[in-house]
Amino acid sequence: MVENRPFAQFMAYLTLVLGVVVVAFPVYLAIMASTFDAATIINGNMPLIPGDQAVENYTRTLFYGGKQAREPVAMMMVNSMIMAMGIAIGKIIISILSAYAVVYFKFPFRKTAFWVIFITLMLPVEVRIYPTYKIVADLGLLDTYTGLVMPLIASATGTLLFRQFFMTVPDELLEASKIDGAGAFRFFKDTLLPLSMTTIAALFVIQFIYGWNQYLWPLLITTKSSMQTIVIGIKKMITTTDALTEWQIAMTTAVLAMVPPVLVVIFMQRLFVKGLVETEK
Amino acid sequence: MEKRAHISGWTLPLLLILPQMAITVIFFYWPASQAIWQSFLREDAFGLASEFVGFENYAALFEQPEYYRAMVTTAIFSSLVAFFSLSCALLLATQADKSIRGGHAFKTLLIWPYAVAPAIAGVLWIFMFHPTLGTLARPIRAAGIDWNPMLNGTHAMILLVLSATWKHISYNFLFFLAGLQAIPRSVIEAGAIDGAGPMRRFWTIVFPLLSPTTFFLLVVTVVYVFFETFGIIDAVTGGGPAGQTTTLVYKVYADGRLGGDLGGSAAQSVILMVIVIALTAIQFRYVERKVQY
Amino acid sequence: MAGVTLDTVRKIYAGNVEAVKGVSLGIEDGSFCVLVGPSGCGKSTLLRMIAGLETISGGEIRIGDRVVNQVEPADRDIAMVFQNYALYPHMSVYDNMAYGLRNRKTPKDEIDKRVKEAARILAIEPFLDRKPRALSGGQRQRVAMGRAIVRKPQVFLFDEPLSNLDAKLRVQMRVEIKRLQKALGVTSIYVTHDQVEAMTLSDKLVVMSGGQIEQVGSPSEVYRRPETRFVATFIGSPPMNILPGKVEGPGRVSVGGQMIAVTDMREGLAPGSAIEVGLRPEDVQAGSAPGASSLDMDVDFVEELGATQLFHGKVAGTDFVVQASTGQIAADTRKLTLSIDPGNVHLFDPQTTKRLGRV
Repeated sequence: MVENRPFAQFMAYLTLVLGVVVVAFPVYLAIMASTFDAATIINGNMPLIPGDQAVENYTRTLFYGGKQAREPVAMMMVNSMIMAMGIAIGKIIISILSAYAVVYFKFPFRKTAFWVIFITLMLPVEVRIYPTYKIVADLGLLDTYTGLVMPLIASATGTLLFRQFFMTVPDELLEASKIDGAGAFRFFKDTLLPLSMTTIAALFVIQFIYGWNQYLWPLLITTKSSMQTIVIGIKKMITTTDALTEWQIAMTTAVLAMVPPVLVVIFMQRLFVKGLVETEK
Repeated sequence: MEKRAHISGWTLPLLLILPQMAITVIFFYWPASQAIWQSFLREDAFGLASEFVGFENYAALFEQPEYYRAMVTTAIFSSLVAFFSLSCALLLATQADKSIRGGHAFKTLLIWPYAVAPAIAGVLWIFMFHPTLGTLARPIRAAGIDWNPMLNGTHAMILLVLSATWKHISYNFLFFLAGLQAIPRSVIEAGAIDGAGPMRRFWTIVFPLLSPTTFFLLVVTVVYVFFETFGIIDAVTGGGPAGQTTTLVYKVYADGRLGGDLGGSAAQSVILMVIVIALTAIQFRYVERKVQY
Repeated sequence: MAGVTLDTVRKIYAGNVEAVKGVSLGIEDGSFCVLVGPSGCGKSTLLRMIAGLETISGGEIRIGDRVVNQVEPADRDIAMVFQNYALYPHMSVYDNMAYGLRNRKTPKDEIDKRVKEAARILAIEPFLDRKPRALSGGQRQRVAMGRAIVRKPQVFLFDEPLSNLDAKLRVQMRVEIKRLQKALGVTSIYVTHDQVEAMTLSDKLVVMSGGQIEQVGSPSEVYRRPETRFVATFIGSPPMNILPGKVEGPGRVSVGGQMIAVTDMREGLAPGSAIEVGLRPEDVQAGSAPGASSLDMDVDFVEELGATQLFHGKVAGTDFVVQASTGQIAADTRKLTLSIDPGNVHLFDPQTTKRLGRV
């Protein structure tokens, strides 16, 4: 702001601190809950300072699981990790290749191909769940990582992002490469790919979070509990009858489920912001 | 936009584009067309035979009071989340935009909820407002309100709006902050020289210049509430109590899975597709206009 | 090494836009040829066709004796310096220069020898490990030249290589390019819109306009004897003054009723017909000598350039500029009498805009 007003500054701090408190409080509570035993939570008077059950809760959750499900959460995290990595890496590979084709080549039906990809922006998985489910079932991909990943890696986002980046690469670089004797493969490997690294990293961050947080799709196609992802697992822990819900385990799981994507956002903030802002253009 | 320089040959590009095309056709176009086709069919009770029934599934849908209720629920849910998440985000963004010390740290502290899965966000909020053990439910009940989102539809909706808003503020905050930082300082300074105070400057200069961002975020937020909040609803209320928090998307899921009414579910999917396409088209018109400026 | 021959070369873009309209040109082995013209005149397109970056719609391009119409850029044995340098941003200076040689499977020690040699010539040895973004504009320019030199090509192509540099550096690099080309003796084709660059660099100057060649010649020929009004006003700064005049008889024209003697005038022009009279600002003198032709000028204002002054005003109702050494004419002069040397008068046909000189 233009004026230097101590009061305005104070109000700004106050608002922001209040905002941070509201944003952080639910997570703080979850972390606290993961340090108490079931009884302390159930009686409705959980203290707001950490208890002494953290080690017990986390070891039990990770390696044993809840009383009903009995699925170790560590295994669910492995599943989530495989799905998130699969979606992120798969999407990067297929979309950088298709963007390279669409931007740098002229071939029959190029425009058509672009539009075919582009329109998928408009069809989120939620509107076509059952038919997609049926296809995945017919292909025998239920309860497989391939079935978890494949339907989610094709979308226009990545292709558009790479296309947008490629358009900013000066034409002269391709021309200089041509004169330097580099063909389509060498130009891609030696010039375009190294230049795209930041874009790739930004897309990776966004898609990792997207993949890790998937809910509806894994809910539909995983029936075996050994294929469950952590986000699905936690829901099963709390939907059983109230009295049986082991809140300390549920909240420990919630904390564990938040750790990887939140760490990614905090430590790769610059890439995260870039990815988020640019995929929405 | 077109590149001036191209690489010759067309077998290579076709090979490059093949994986994406294959996946797109198998997992997007085929299911989408199946949804459209199924919406004109009715299956018998055992799912063994189906007959073509034209628009009957659609007609049946519009005779269901539940469908109208889902529409109303969706409308209320979207407008509340849009209003709260946009206004809170704008407030926080304007404060963070002031050149105060530690501004960057606040940004980090405010954006991470984006990374929390919707279902997890829902679980966090149930835990806080659980009628018997919720830390924040106790003071409410102590105040004499019979707080119970498990049984009271209004309470359930409030809880949904809170969790959905909580998760989405970070996104809107980020874009508002970027929008504010894109406004040239000189314009604000000119306003100050013209004698406009901070509040007046905000409403007469900053807010109008921010309106493209606001509009964009409004559309994105509505799309978010329509589709991505599925996880929150499923975790927090499961559409209940008594279907009072069933949105259009949740109903597609519930009717198809629980009810087994694939034709009706497909018809609902088709209607949703039309809504998404309309929203996307609106967004494009906005993008186009932005390009012209 | 080899010369370059263009034979009625055409470029027609989609939508029937003809960017190059049948250009024929022979560029001798080892010479420095500059294509100059305003933007959109087709000079860059022509250069890019020689490089193989644009397809050729008609005609033939030969490098040496080889027709290269269908040859890939990499196989034409040319090197190009781009306006924005087109350095690979992620590669070091060394790798930028070595890349083309590596792709051609040149032995490692040979690459090393050539890169170091080029770096020495261009005085960029201290920067070989740096990335292009850590270099100044002038240094990037040198790297771009180095990338061309190491290849030891038959032809250098330059596409406005100096236009991204500031004025001072541009003059310095201009001199270096000229010196380098003389030392290496490689046929060079250079595109620019800057007529000073064109004059100073070229052995052979090609002035283009509207997809066609207006005139080809040595810089002094083009300056001394412009073939069209376009060339006359494009080459030279400030541009040549063009006055409407009338043919009075053999070797004589008039402007605003004042008689002017002309040395270089086509024979048999009908007296009384309209003609355009061109006079360079630096070719007219103040004061009148007895018996010489003269023109009266009303002066509006004076521009100071330091060593010289520009007098702006009107002759016979038409804008006119005179350049004179500072102090030669009093700055507050309002009326000037200009003496005209018959050898410095250029005549042009008002319809065809072609020079009406001796055949």
